Amino acid sequence: MTFATSVELLKFHTVAYTIYALLIISVIAWFAYNLTRKEKAKTAVRIPFYGYIAFLVAGGVGHHIFTYNAIPWVSQDIMRHEIKPDYVFDIKVHDHKWKFPQLPMKVEAGKKVLFNVSTDDLTYGFGLFRQDGTLVTQMQVIPHHKNDLLWTFNECGKFNVYPTEYSGPAEYDEKGKDLMFVKDAFEVTGCDEKSAKR
Amino acid sequence: MQKGFISTLINGTNFDHRELSALQKMVLRAVVMSFLFFGLLAIEGMIMRLVVTPSINPLPDMFNHPSHYFSIMTVHPIVGIFGSTYQLVFAAFMFLVPYLTKKPLYSVKLGNIVWILITVGTALAWIAAFIWHYAPLYTLYWPLPADTKQFQTIGGIVFIVGVALIMLGTLGFIYNIYATIFARVGIHKNKTTKELLISGFGIDGMLNLWHKITGKPPYSKEPALALPVVAIFRGTVDTFLDAIVILAAGILVLVYLLADAGGLSWDVHAVDSLLYKNFFWWGLDLVADGLVLIYVAGSWYLLATIITGQKLFMENVARAALMLELLVSWMVWSHHLLADQPQPEMMKLVSGEMVTAFELLTQGLALFITLVTLWRARPLKMTPQLAYLLGGLVGFGLAVPAAIIQADMGMNRVLHNTQWISFAHFHIALIVGLYMTLYSALYVLWPMVTNNTTMWSKKLTWTHFWLYLIGGVGMGAFAGMGGLHGMLRRHLYLNGEFNTYMVLAAIFGTMVLVAWALFLLNVVMSVGIKGLIGIFLPARDKSASYGIEEN
Repeated sequence: MTFATSVELLKFHTVAYTIYALLIISVIAWFAYNLTRKEKAKTAVRIPFYGYIAFLVAGGVGHHIFTYNAIPWVSQDIMRHEIKPDYVFDIKVHDHKWKFPQLPMKVEAGKKVLFNVSTDDLTYGFGLFRQDGTLVTQMQVIPHHKNDLLWTFNECGKFNVYPTEYSGPAEYDEKGKDLMFVKDAFEVTGCDEKSAKR
Repeated sequence: MQKGFISTLINGTNFDHRELSALQKMVLRAVVMSFLFFGLLAIEGMIMRLVVTPSINPLPDMFNHPSHYFSIMTVHPIVGIFGSTYQLVFAAFMFLVPYLTKKPLYSVKLGNIVWILITVGTALAWIAAFIWHYAPLYTLYWPLPADTKQFQTIGGIVFIVGVALIMLGTLGFIYNIYATIFARVGIHKNKTTKELLISGFGIDGMLNLWHKITGKPPYSKEPALALPVVAIFRGTVDTFLDAIVILAAGILVLVYLLADAGGLSWDVHAVDSLLYKNFFWWGLDLVADGLVLIYVAGSWYLLATIITGQKLFMENVARAALMLELLVSWMVWSHHLLADQPQPEMMKLVSGEMVTAFELLTQGLALFITLVTLWRARPLKMTPQLAYLLGGLVGFGLAVPAAIIQADMGMNRVLHNTQWISFAHFHIALIVGLYMTLYSALYVLWPMVTNNTTMWSKKLTWTHFWLYLIGGVGMGAFAGMGGLHGMLRRHLYLNGEFNTYMVLAAIFGTMVLVAWALFLLNVVMSVGIKGLIGIFLPARDKSASYGIEEN
């Protein structure tokens, strides 16, 4: 199983976590009901203590092994210093204003894109969002540090930039308009029609 | 004859404040302040929900102003964590430690200073945000708190002084707890400091396990300290470290703000933002992943044993696990920096992912031990104490895995700073997990602290339970879903971008607010307005203990 985009990943996550949430609520509810009954409860499964501990350990460790193998950006992120990007965009942010090398920044799908975002004043966030508001990817932008995000776009379309970290109320105007929001700042082409519409 | 509403409102059920000891009054004063701050917290939360839900927002336009909105967001956790939760937990522990160790509290006077400092400190922080709109958020990411272009210096100074007072109150609590635990009086008259330390850190539990494996007789049949006291002892280590870190960060901010007020313009970048972020999160995370989890585990054990009247299942394992939790809590802060690219990858992997995953084990173990202890004592009567305890277990059962999922380099890239972590994790952990545990403790301690005062209405107690549980889980679930659809947690949305999720979250949030109002009504009707005022009057009985004769 591999998740090409964050949408696919989060759909899977929503289903998996919802099932888990309903399960844990049901287990405690079942438990509460049987705690008050005089008759001995019939347990469907008997979980031994060490089996339970093994389950927790497997859950804690296995979760990371699963995501490392199923989410492509994990290994790419860890190894980004050794990967040659196809595109490099040096972006600056100062006093709540972005300075992009070009707008929109255009790339082809499937290529490796390196975002170098630098700042010399505050801590910001750099996030790319789809037109429907869902998050593609993001990173924190720390002043006077190298903030580099390597990303492969497996989807096409125009993407907006939002700061994903709060940097003070000066990010907004008096009426609450986000001055750091940049519509269609990034464009990915080269996919089929279906994915381009997303 | 049954009393009328007005008479009960004034006089309470059978509460008599004149019969309360100094210790009981000190505890109740802090509890009153805690629940008043909880109300403020719930109102602030609802204001923020309504602001980002323009379709149903009846609030005046001033609430939509970014400075106002983020001021509320800044003080919301200060009021919640310190003004409400710290007060309630500290009060409960300053009662429980003397009760469980059968020794008087080191100083009731210091206990009173603790709640006054935290109350005044929280109020000052709130005032700084309300009047001067000081809004760097609780994260205080450097150099934002010292940014005098965006914030007025006076607001920052008042805010930092407020937080410093809270931390001084916290240090007072810590001193009171350790001075009580290490006092060699009563049952600890013949114990040495070394014995109490070994027990406090849970080393006796580990040695007991080791001796069992190697076939030796137990290291200690009767540990010097009861298990809940061990949890308090160990959680308080994290409370201390956290207070020192927050105080240090506060001093740094204050120095810069005072320099600015004195006309000096110091370079804020003399302080490395990433190093500061690591330092600050190391300390701040000791609250979330340290003392809260340890205190909660200890509270579950205590409540399970009191409710069942039986010994805790696998007590030595529980003691050892608490030690593990303490060590884990010191090494997990990097999960807050998984989206920070300059953070070394090894720290992300080891601290941010692997060690953090241990929390699933330690908290899962606490849940297991508590459930089995209850199970072995069945049939049990479904009392409010038991129901709230089970509610607390549900809360952490939901919230801990939600965080473990995000403490992953793959997931964090798409969940960091979204409403997922804010609501599916820490709002459910705090509102449902922590507070329902605290309500359980409150119903257990209520007869002891109020000299068997009858609760005015059982119906209100159960209405509060269901409204609170459903409201807390529902709000966390729907706002958390907003996060999965890209809603950021520290962002102002005025165009109804996530309207559906926010409307649903607001409906369930209202249930939490109403639940609080009903709970407050029940408490006020039980103790009466006279009793409520009487709590704050000096006690005739100066004793600092409960259930033992003081010499």
